[in-house]
Amino acid sequence: MSKEVVIRAENISKLYRLGQVGTGTLSHDLKRWWALARGKEDPYLKIGAENDRTKNVQSDFAWALKDINFEINKGDTLGIIGKNGAGKSTLLKLLSRVTSPTTGQIKVKGRIASLLEVGTGFHPELTGRENIFLNGAILGMTRKEILRKFDEIVDFAGVQMYIDTPVKRYSSGMYVRLAFGVAAHLEPEILIVDEVLAVGDAEFQKKCLGKMSDVASHGRTIIFVSHNMQAVQSLCKSAIYLKAGHIVDQGDTDKVINNYLSREVKNCIAAEWSNEDEAPGNEYLSIMSARLNPKLQKDTDAIDVATEMDLTFEFILHKECNLNISLFLSTPAGLCIFNVSTLSLPLGTGRHSSTLTIPARLLNDDIYTITLYFVKDRGPVIFTIEDILTFEVVDEPRTGSWFGKWIGAVRPTLPFTLT
Amino acid sequence: MADTIKGNDIEKWDINITSGRGYLDFQFGELWHYRDLLMMFVKKDIITVYKQTILGPIWFVVQPLLTSLMFLIIFSRIANISTGAVPAVLFYLIGTTLWGYFSDTLNVTSKTFTENATVFGKVYFPRIILPLSKVVSGLVKFLIQFSLFIVVWLYYIFIDKKVTPNWYVLLSPVWLAVVVLLSFSFGTIITSLTTKYRDLIFLVGFGVQLAMYMTPVIIPLSEVHGKKKLFFLLNPLTSLFEAFKYGFFGQGVFDIKWILYSIIFTLVTLVIGFVIFNKVEKRFIDTV
Repeated sequence: MSKEVVIRAENISKLYRLGQVGTGTLSHDLKRWWALARGKEDPYLKIGAENDRTKNVQSDFAWALKDINFEINKGDTLGIIGKNGAGKSTLLKLLSRVTSPTTGQIKVKGRIASLLEVGTGFHPELTGRENIFLNGAILGMTRKEILRKFDEIVDFAGVQMYIDTPVKRYSSGMYVRLAFGVAAHLEPEILIVDEVLAVGDAEFQKKCLGKMSDVASHGRTIIFVSHNMQAVQSLCKSAIYLKAGHIVDQGDTDKVINNYLSREVKNCIAAEWSNEDEAPGNEYLSIMSARLNPKLQKDTDAIDVATEMDLTFEFILHKECNLNISLFLSTPAGLCIFNVSTLSLPLGTGRHSSTLTIPARLLNDDIYTITLYFVKDRGPVIFTIEDILTFEVVDEPRTGSWFGKWIGAVRPTLPFTLT
Repeated sequence: MADTIKGNDIEKWDINITSGRGYLDFQFGELWHYRDLLMMFVKKDIITVYKQTILGPIWFVVQPLLTSLMFLIIFSRIANISTGAVPAVLFYLIGTTLWGYFSDTLNVTSKTFTENATVFGKVYFPRIILPLSKVVSGLVKFLIQFSLFIVVWLYYIFIDKKVTPNWYVLLSPVWLAVVVLLSFSFGTIITSLTTKYRDLIFLVGFGVQLAMYMTPVIIPLSEVHGKKKLFFLLNPLTSLFEAFKYGFFGQGVFDIKWILYSIIFTLVTLVIGFVIFNKVEKRFIDTV
């Protein structure tokens, strides 16, 4: 296949106004209008703050995207990854022409269809048949095309019996299937897909992703936006990594995803205090360090479900006592995955250390926090430290066609036979 | 060499997504591509109104019928306002039918951006399709209501023999077209202006109600005298409504000067409406 560029984005930026529209915008509008009328530059284009939601910025404007450049070749499948608020949705909106960039331009060859949602424009009072035509038309199909695909769509959705029933009487599953059926039978040269499509039950997800790779294999171009690294990895040949409105990295999917994981996974995997005064503690003890040591091949690799790791804590005991440490590993949502305890040992004053080994393939992919309880004489808790370590375990590369979230608090590999 | 490549390059792109659009850069070709969507929207509007009703589209005629009846009692019988030589029922029926079309279309098109923001936020199609579809579905409703008027009108011609139409009745579609365009252009202007500042929307519902009394819906122009008459005539709908009545009843003021004024007024607002709408549709989703 020839390398024909079908989308070229040149220096696109998008400025959003922060706060509420309607307060003070009239004066901004007048100032802008006055500046432009005198042939000057728009005064508000210069001031936008970088889009970092964690900072409390003074500016009223923020760049959701700033100077984005990329090209997509015909037949490419491009994944767009990034954390929430990185500008993925804005880019998607620009590409699907829902809104337009503040500066720059995007040139496109061929027909674009975007699936930011299934069932856009579905009317509850209309029958399945009527909604297929309406939704198809909204997505850019002509009546003829819909007629040609009609039976296929109904088949795909499996709603033959209810095709002349208003969709308000449909079960939610039927509704989504019908909506996706219409979307799946679009035949644009360029398809833009938001990850919302890939939620739902496993079977449905399989169908969606299967349909997408099907579309891709027919030489059409796909742009796929997702948090789901596994889906991106298997579907997309190349990827763009967005952060705070900028492109951090683009190119080969594996390279970009690795870059993303190593930068975005925010771990507090080591904490250390140089002297006892600053260290957390009380009259019994002071905690000097906490460290997570994943057994990785390269330091830059992300901790995934197949990584074995050691958690090591060091503390100074000020009073001699029988001590045991109880460790809670919890999710940020507060669910305790497990609680383990050391033996209770008579310890003298001075420096001690404790190490927990978490085997590979125990934890599921999630974020975890560690809380320690120091217990004296198997009775009273003498010191508690919450969230001393925080780390994220990511999913490992998967094969096959299902990339949904692996369900479960833990993810052990247990002897499970089938004969 | 480099220049020629660049020249070809520009030719090849189908869509160019840029920050702004020129004031007169209309995408009429694209509109044609989406004609099926227009028809689907019209169909949706009409079907959904009478879903789960027994009488179905008959409900469309109840509205002008009841309004006319109410006008007959209040304005004709109680307030004793003359409708000239035209039978009061007939006069009110055509007035409310025409006015109903104008105000309904204006009201619904003036909410295009605010009411459809969710759909507009998810998918692209030429936004003007929506107000256009409202204009067309309104016309379907109008024609159903108008056929009721025709029935009553025929009764007055052939049985009651109180009304004698003239050949100008054949020009009615032209007057109707002007009313259609006028409601559409007002609607698009208002919806474009209200994406950012909602203030205007409060005025519209109220203003449309008041405007009815400035249009010969209740009082024929022949009954309005002095300075007030000029105010009536400045309303572009007045001479159009009168022209309708002139054709259908042989009664009314038919002044080509004022009709031309209405037509020019309409064309100017239409152009303004198109230009503003075209400008706003590209980025309204950020402010709506």
